[in-house]
This record gives sequence, structure tokens and C-alpha cells, in this order.
Amino acid sequence: MFRNQYDTDVTTWSPAGRLFQVEYAMEAVKQGSAAIGLRSKTHVVLACVNKASSELSSHQKKIFKVDDHIGVAIAGLTADGRVLSRYMRNECINYSYTYESPLPVGRLVVQLADKAQVCTQRSWKRPYGVGLLIGGLDESGAHLYYNCPSGNYFEYQAFAIGSRSQAAKTYLERKFETFVDSSRENLIKDALFALRETLQGEKLTSSNCTIAVLGIGEAFSTLDQETVQRLINEFEVVGEDPPAEASAAPDQSDGAEPGPAAAAAAAAADDDDQETPAADQGAAPMDI
Amino acid sequence: MNVADSAPAMNNLIGSDADSQRTLYPYVTGTSVVGIKYKDGILLAADMGDYLACHDSGSYGSTLRYKTVERMKSVGKHSIIGASGEISDFQEIMRYLDELILYDNMWDDGNSFGPKEVHNYLTRVMYNRRNKFNPLWNSLVLGGVKNGQKYLGTVNMIGVHYEDNHVATGFGNHLSRPILRDEWHENLTFEEGVKLLEKCMRVLLYRDRSAVNKLQIAKITEEGVTISQPYSLKTFWNFAAFQNPTVGAEGSW
Repeated sequence: MFRNQYDTDVTTWSPAGRLFQVEYAMEAVKQGSAAIGLRSKTHVVLACVNKASSELSSHQKKIFKVDDHIGVAIAGLTADGRVLSRYMRNECINYSYTYESPLPVGRLVVQLADKAQVCTQRSWKRPYGVGLLIGGLDESGAHLYYNCPSGNYFEYQAFAIGSRSQAAKTYLERKFETFVDSSRENLIKDALFALRETLQGEKLTSSNCTIAVLGIGEAFSTLDQETVQRLINEFEVVGEDPPAEASAAPDQSDGAEPGPAAAAAAAAADDDDQETPAADQGAAPMDI
Repeated sequence: MNVADSAPAMNNLIGSDADSQRTLYPYVTGTSVVGIKYKDGILLAADMGDYLACHDSGSYGSTLRYKTVERMKSVGKHSIIGASGEISDFQEIMRYLDELILYDNMWDDGNSFGPKEVHNYLTRVMYNRRNKFNPLWNSLVLGGVKNGQKYLGTVNMIGVHYEDNHVATGFGNHLSRPILRDEWHENLTFEEGVKLLEKCMRVLLYRDRSAVNKLQIAKITEEGVTISQPYSLKTFWNFAAFQNPTVGAEGSW
């Protein structure tokens, strides 16, 4: 994109019917480090690349718990992302307080989109420079949404945003049809695989990525480093073949009785609700 | 400490001007509502009599003024509400609830408010009004079924709220709930439930001076809501002590 005389104000249309400031905001999302989301009928997995600005600093937090049943991964201006996460948490808490019931994720997404739209139609505001992958539950099951700086939102089976997300999207496009009935374990493995694609050759380790899971009967939680490293090691050993392909049949049995590795992670995740890491894998300390 | 004496300092709170804007005492009231869970859902019972209070800065009695008031209404697809207390406040509550359900339906997204959500919303409304010293002068019963889950709760004008297998308002708490504690059990059939409610309503009819013998039973199941036509209970007054009551005191009545 090049500079032009219609791109100074968000409230100026171009002759071609474009709002350049909004499009520039979407560019900011593309510059952020990758974030990936996938969902099955019962679970949503969010994964992101951790980019630290230098070896001395810690990495930026890009995945936020919004409520027990909603989590968000962001790409772009993380400061804007934090502010929107706070808004979402507030909305969830207020709804829970009034109705003793979790806010359906679809409604939160629409509220967020309407909030973003306002910034595209006020001369004294600017669009939010962050893309949000929102995973959550409502009455009809698990959902994954993408919220754009433009105020648009879309529902996805799987999606990737941020830099080099196209590589991840290519992988996801191949595999997404298997996600609906995928087991929790395989969904996480697919997320790791897709994440690895965005690293373009760099080695995927538990220190340069973050994974979070939520599902029906499972509150949102971030997987701890140990578990993530173990899962990475598993599929590195198996080889290049993505896990779901190799275990297409065991997927049925996976639903009923997960394999030993999965059982440990699942059992640990079961007691993770609000618990601190009780020395076993699965639950990381809740961040709020 | 007489609050009225500090009127200059707190003249927005309880001054006499503001009195015309607040519910100070109820004016047209309905009496008890009784509700129970049964096998397929919830049953509610309430009579149809409303009394008009006659006040002159004290009580002076009341008149049975309205005899066809429906004190039970459905709320959305999954809930039913029964109210005792000030009827105009109940009508206001129905406006709030109709608006709530309307906006819920407008989302058109497959999600809908169940009885638990409605009960909690009402609790917030009642408690907030109480905190502003302007209560909705009602005791409400909220019941319903959603996705096979039965729910029965109550909330009153001061915001006290709870759920149980059987609830009642007003006199029903004192006269009906003891009966229900003894005789309610899980998986009552519809007929058993109605009989049990009629037993409760009969006691209220005998002993609550504001009860009238014209009642309705409301039923809510997964399929929907039905409110029966009004009917009367059979009563028995033929006790020996009521025969020849003046026999021991000629001239009395």
C-alpha cells in the first residue's frame, strides 16, 4: 500500500470506497507475531508465538483468559489488545453477576465488533490495531471467532493471524475438516504443528510458544511448559506426519479413552479449574 | 435516631416531597403464591383475589375489589412467574421482563434466558430498588424448565432470594411449606402435584383472611406453559362447634 491523499483521517472515504486508516490498522495486525486458533465441537485451542524483543526481556503476553469459558489470543498492538481484554472481562463479569450465567461468546463478539466499529466512524478516534482470536462456549457448543479492527467478525473452524500466518493457514486448510470431531489432544497437536509452520525452520520449543485450551466441562487454562514440551517431543519423534492423519481411526477411541499421555494431561486439566500448579502437569497459575 | 430530623442534610433520601415518588405501602395486593417441582416441571398455584387497601395513616381494613386478576404469567419460553403484593408493581415487573425477553430474542442466536437467568435478573432489580428506598412491593415465585433442568426460586421486595424444591410467598410460607416439607417428594406426578397444591391452597383459604376461593394452577414443562381456568375448592364448615353457636349465650350473634 502506498500513501495517498485519502489516508489521513479515518473518516475520509477514498474515491474507490475504501477507508485507508482502517486498512492500515489491519496491516498492524499482520505485523504482529502469529496467533492461531482451532476448534472442535467441544474444545477450542489457542496458540501463539512468543516473541521477546531481546534475550534479556520476557515475552509479551498474547493470550488472555476472559472468563472460565472464553479466552482470547491477540496479534498486533498488544496494548490495544490488553485494553480490549479488560473490556471483555468486564462484560463477562457484569453478565455473570446479573444473570448467574456465562455470557454466550457469540454475544460478546458482537459487542466487541460494535465497539471496534465506533472507532472507524469518529474523527477523534483511531481504529484498534489488534486482531483478536476469541475462543469460547455458548449453548450450541464451542466456537472460534476472529475480530478485525474494521469491526467485522467471522466465525472459523480454524484460523491464523499475524506474521507468516499464511504458512499456518495453508496447513490448517488441509486439515480443518478433521477438527470438528477431533480429540482434545489431537487438536492441541494440530495447533502446535500449525504454529511450527510459522516459525519457518526455527525450532519449536515450549519457550517460544504459548498454548491455551478451553472446552465443555474444562475451564480456560494455559498449558505449562512441561506439558507443551512433552507434546512437541511426541510429534517430533513420530516424524513429519501430522498426528490426526496417523490416528484417524483411534480418534474414535480417543474420544472415549485417550492414550496414556493424553490421560495424564486430561486428568491434570480436570482438576485445574482455579488451582495453582499442584506439582503435576496441566494447569498453569490463572492470570486473573 | 430519627432520620426525618436530618432532612436538610439528606433531603434527597426520605423527604416528604419524594414520598409521592416512592412506594410507601401497597394499595392493591394479592396474597400467597405456592410453587412445587414435580416430575415433568413446575406447578404454581395462586388465587385470583386482589384487595384494595383503605388507608388513613393507619390501617382501616380492605375490600375485595378485583376478582379476576391473573397473578401468574409466562416469561419467555422457559419460565413462569407468580406474584403476590402490589399488583401495579407486578405489572411494572412484567414490563421489565417483556423487554428483557424481547432483547434476548432479538439476538436470534440460539441462546435464550432460562429460569435461572430471569430469577437472578429479578433479584438484582428488586435489591437495587430496595437500596434506593423505593421497592417493588412484591414477593415473586420464578419457576421453569430448560434442557431438562427444573428450576424454582423466589425473591421478595427486600431482595432475599433462594431456590428450593418448593417455595411460597407470604402466608404460604407459614401455612403451606410445613405441609410441603412433610409431603413433597421427588417425581410427583401431575395429579399428585395438583392435589398437594390444592391441599396447601385449602389451608390458606381457611386461615388467610385475604384468600378467596377462586384459584388457578399453572404448569410449566419442557413443552411449554399452561395456566388452568379458574376454579374453586370444596370446603367443609360443618363442625359441631359451629352449630347453634349462640346456645350458651342468648342474644349474641
